[in-house]
Amino acid sequence: MTATSGTMASGLPARRRVTPVAVLAGLVVVLLVLMVASAGSGAVAIPFQRVPGLLLSAPVDGQDALWRSVLVEVRLPRLVFALIVGGGLAIAGTTMQALFRNPLAEPGLIGISLGGAMGAVIAIVLNANSLWTMAPAAFAGSLAATALAYKLGGRQPGVAGVLLAGIAINAMCASVIGIFTTQANDTQLRNLTFWNMGSLAGASWTMLAWLGPWVAVLSALLIREWRSMNALLLGEREAHHLGHAVRPLRRRLVVLAALLVGPLVAVSGTIVFVGLVVPHLVRLTTGADHRWLLPNTLAGGAIALTLADWLARTVVIPAELPIGIVTSLVGGPFLLWLLLRKGT
Amino acid sequence: MTASMNRRAVLAAALALSAVGAQAAPAKRIVSLGGVVTEIVFALGAGDRVVGVDDSSIYPAAAHKLPKVGYYRGFSIEGVASLNPDVVLASDQAGPPEALEQLRRLGKTVVMLPSVPTVDALAARIDGVASALGEKAAGDQLVARIREQVAAATKSPGGQNVLLVSSRAGKLEGAGRETAADAVLRLAGARNVLAGERGYKALSAEGAVSLKPEVIVTTTMSVGAAGGLDAFLAQPGIAVTPAAKARRVVVMDDLLLLGFGPRLPEALKVLQDGLAGRK
Repeated sequence: MTATSGTMASGLPARRRVTPVAVLAGLVVVLLVLMVASAGSGAVAIPFQRVPGLLLSAPVDGQDALWRSVLVEVRLPRLVFALIVGGGLAIAGTTMQALFRNPLAEPGLIGISLGGAMGAVIAIVLNANSLWTMAPAAFAGSLAATALAYKLGGRQPGVAGVLLAGIAINAMCASVIGIFTTQANDTQLRNLTFWNMGSLAGASWTMLAWLGPWVAVLSALLIREWRSMNALLLGEREAHHLGHAVRPLRRRLVVLAALLVGPLVAVSGTIVFVGLVVPHLVRLTTGADHRWLLPNTLAGGAIALTLADWLARTVVIPAELPIGIVTSLVGGPFLLWLLLRKGT
Repeated sequence: MTASMNRRAVLAAALALSAVGAQAAPAKRIVSLGGVVTEIVFALGAGDRVVGVDDSSIYPAAAHKLPKVGYYRGFSIEGVASLNPDVVLASDQAGPPEALEQLRRLGKTVVMLPSVPTVDALAARIDGVASALGEKAAGDQLVARIREQVAAATKSPGGQNVLLVSSRAGKLEGAGRETAADAVLRLAGARNVLAGERGYKALSAEGAVSLKPEVIVTTTMSVGAAGGLDAFLAQPGIAVTPAAKARRVVVMDDLLLLGFGPRLPEALKVLQDGLAGRK
């Protein structure tokens, strides 16, 4: 822990060339441009200049009606879904990295992701293969695994206990997944595989109406903790001396992150890499002060997943790629490039 | 595939049929999600109306050349919509359910077809496709022919002890009861040595030996994955079975053997010839 905390501390830039507000504004502009571009492309070719008209006015003919319903029923919910999932995963990743003072930390570390996967797998094998049964099962699995990791690991001083308990819980979740996988039939096995690669295909306005406010509220609560996250970077003892009640703070952050990521895993499957990499990209480019890092990662995660979904939907038309594959495929080389560039 | 699931599948097919029956014009642009569904469309002579298929539609060769909208369990909604189909014919295994719901919301007619491996469900599959295509007569003919040929080919069970294995991922899996494989074996009059298990089960080397199969039935892809028939037979467990020692192996095309489609009579004939040692 302490060895790696140095790298994070050194990530704090001495001076900035651009103001933080400008960076955040820039990210939001990039996101908006990306969203418009993404809304205008897909398997159904909708003329770009017609998009605003289709959204604002009643359809005049059959072609318009189809375009409009593709836009409104399929493409836009998916776009918003990508935005929400990306932002949520990234901000939860930032929280985990602050909490564990480790740049390798991500939401999966304390069982949030594998616990969710376990719930989903059990639901699939018990033949409850619909989003409305899988999602609560995944959410329950996610919360149970995290609660267990926190409860059992929290008895040790510091965060190492939670981390170790998380590793043990993850191993147990993985083996439960394994047991259910061996019991699964052919159909279920394929469903499991697809769930594991992540998908945004289940997006609908009803689901977003639940998910959107949930992610917004939890993100706001996490952003409010920016001061305590900055203090945690210095070390738990230092944070304590700076006047932060460390144990309640740790519990608060774990609970908030789990509540945020659980539903995301539940509805989108496993989308790896975003929670780990986006906070890094943002930290490398805009610095480690959580006051700006948290909102920036929120925007950065939304950008990353909007971009990934755009690629997933458009490179193999009329088929599409699983989004989890795109995030790793694009995110990996991008992070390496950024690291190499910073190294010179 | 329990009795209740069967009943549910037939009911679903009946509902699909009634929905289609109310439709006036026969579908001119078809998207098919599921290899066997595609096979039925082509068997009914409507192959030229298919504008898109899923990745599992590998027979006949003409289907293979059509635009692919992804695997039927994770197809692209917009991909299907972009092909502008009048009707989407989908196996009841296609999905996710939300994606099919989205298609309906786009105003697409989605016809779900039962996938259980029984002759009755096959008849319902064909009926469903035929009604959607306005080819009811051709459908009835095909069903009648299949029922007749299957009835003629069906033998009373209790023949040889057969083990049906697949090893597509390099690991042996035996077919237990309630699988398409078990259903085909039963129709062919063979005794499935793994009937005590439900579904496909990972097969250990010792497990395979203890089953003492006289004949092993497997698929072309499994033999290919093992690296040829000799390598397939040399696998631990398989190698010491009576079947492997006598080289009594029947290798059949995956979709033909396990598809439970319009080629079922042909599948039974090939399987029975193989079991009897006729090539």
